Amino acid sequence: MISIKNLHKSYQMGSSSLHVLKGIDFEVEEGELVAIMGSSGSGKSTLLNILGMLDTADEGDYILDGVEIKDLDETKAAKYRNKFLGFVFQSFNLINYKNAAENVSLPLYYQGVSRKERQQVALEYLDRVGLKEWATHLPSELSGGQKQRVAIARAMASQPKVLLADEPTGALDTKTSYEVMDLIQQINDEGNTILVVTHEPDIAQMCKRIVMLKDGVIVEDKKVKQVKAAAHV
Amino acid sequence: MTSLKILFDRDTWQEIFGSIRKNKIRTIITVIGVLWGIFIYITLSGSAKGLDNGFERAFRNIAKNSMGFWAQRTSVPYAGFKIGRYPELRLADAQLLKDRIGGIEFIAPRNSRGVFGGTPPLVVNNNKSGNYPLYGDYPSYAKITTKKIYDGGRFINDQDVKYQRKVCVIGERAEKELFEKGENPVGQYIKINDIYFQVIGVHKYIQGGGFESEGDIFIPFSTYNKMYNRGDRVDFFFLAAYDEQDPVAIEEEVLFNLKRIHKVSPKDERAFGSFNIGEIFQRIIGFARGMTFLSLVVGVATIIAGVIGIGNILLISVKERTKELGVRRALGATPSEIRSQILLESVFLTIVAGICGIILAAFVLAGINAATVNLEDFPYTNPTVPLSYIFGALFIMVSLGTLIGLIPAQRAVSIKPIDALREE
Repeated sequence: MISIKNLHKSYQMGSSSLHVLKGIDFEVEEGELVAIMGSSGSGKSTLLNILGMLDTADEGDYILDGVEIKDLDETKAAKYRNKFLGFVFQSFNLINYKNAAENVSLPLYYQGVSRKERQQVALEYLDRVGLKEWATHLPSELSGGQKQRVAIARAMASQPKVLLADEPTGALDTKTSYEVMDLIQQINDEGNTILVVTHEPDIAQMCKRIVMLKDGVIVEDKKVKQVKAAAHV
Repeated sequence: MTSLKILFDRDTWQEIFGSIRKNKIRTIITVIGVLWGIFIYITLSGSAKGLDNGFERAFRNIAKNSMGFWAQRTSVPYAGFKIGRYPELRLADAQLLKDRIGGIEFIAPRNSRGVFGGTPPLVVNNNKSGNYPLYGDYPSYAKITTKKIYDGGRFINDQDVKYQRKVCVIGERAEKELFEKGENPVGQYIKINDIYFQVIGVHKYIQGGGFESEGDIFIPFSTYNKMYNRGDRVDFFFLAAYDEQDPVAIEEEVLFNLKRIHKVSPKDERAFGSFNIGEIFQRIIGFARGMTFLSLVVGVATIIAGVIGIGNILLISVKERTKELGVRRALGATPSEIRSQILLESVFLTIVAGICGIILAAFVLAGINAATVNLEDFPYTNPTVPLSYIFGALFIMVSLGTLIGLIPAQRAVSIKPIDALREE
């Protein structure tokens, strides 16, 4: 599903240059649930941003679902993001003046899906995250866990190839974190490919594979026995 | 997506209304900026037009390019004559002037007593009497200034002049003072300078009709000259040029000809006096035009200020919404979709504000009009704004709204989605 080779990225900090990713080689198969771990500054967010086409690599190849991702202009990147990727953020990033259903249907709007169908799909996905009756509520009327579930529904609504979650539980308490991870596991069990960036070991243990990053290189890449979040809820 | 499709897409508008509704106060303040601009623009140009119309009305009773001439003392020796001579205008001059100057439409020789000199004659009706200014006139005089004659009466006609009839047109004041209330003066006889004259009409006094008053009595020119033994002498020529003529040029031509006829030096500035209503009128029209121009400039400047305000506020709004726009782009919004959304917001706000301003201004103009409609002295009538001005203003607003909207729209797409998302 994802294949990256010799990925380099550096940021220009005034006169000095900060080499964040120093040659990453990384493969993800379809249906995997991968945790990307590392301390802050290890380059895990940068990697995720490049995978999410929010940032571009300086060097290296990136192939997503057989499509080589390179020479992206903003319009092309937007189209690819819309087609291939779903995003879940630490701070949810729901649009605060749109209700849950409208938030979920937003990626479909940019796909040019008709109103009626959008509404229907949005409700369907809200139902899957258990928030159907909250469809008309604004984000300010939802709890943190509910917001993240709406965000996951939004990320899934466009049926992406890969779901990218950047610290999805970073702003949540343990119980809610596990609820959210339970949802992510369910989605994974349905065959979706998911990448989770986290620095919490217990969250990482709920994935099927852990990739450790340190100073811009992968220091460890292991399959783990998945801990089911449902057991802890 | 083509831009036209975006424009007619219900979702586009829902997005716009959504973000407008989110920032009600911001939106209202912005709208007021432009609304005020167009309001000032429409009110000012409407008022300027009202002023213009008002001046037109003030001069409605006198031909707009009319002028008068009279003789004074010469101040330059010429053709053997010493200075200080009093040239005398003659009746024949009228025909000469009209023959020589093609631009003259009507020319009315006049004599008068009790206005510029001489004592007004005593006018007697039975036991009532009074002194009233007396004019000897030709019928053409009524063509230069409007004379409103009350029902049942008429002004002097050609036959009156030809047969030196002893008929007179009296003013409202003379009627009031010489006749009983309810008595019809037309057909009755009054004594002017001990000579009986039949009253043929009563004229209504109208403001803006020259130097006349409501007491004036008009008699045929020929009768007047016979009565005062004036031969063919004329005190005063009153004339009207054709509408398209330049009144200043006509005035110069008349003076030039009068000087030639009466052997006065062409350089003599004092031998003949004149006044030129056309010139005054032109100046007033020029003033009104200046007002219109000023109102256009001020109005357009205010609109520009308002639209810049919209751009300014949208810029702040884009900054506020950086994160939202980042999310939208992460979800697949292309830069052009973001750009057109911001642009449409700008144009939509501008148009709504503009239309509100136009409506408000229309109400205010109607209000001013209603308040001034009965004020005869106040030169302000029927304030209107040509449709072309309104459409012009709307056009300016839409194009400026687009141009100004481009700045925040460009800013919105210039931020990378990753930076937008990082923003807290």
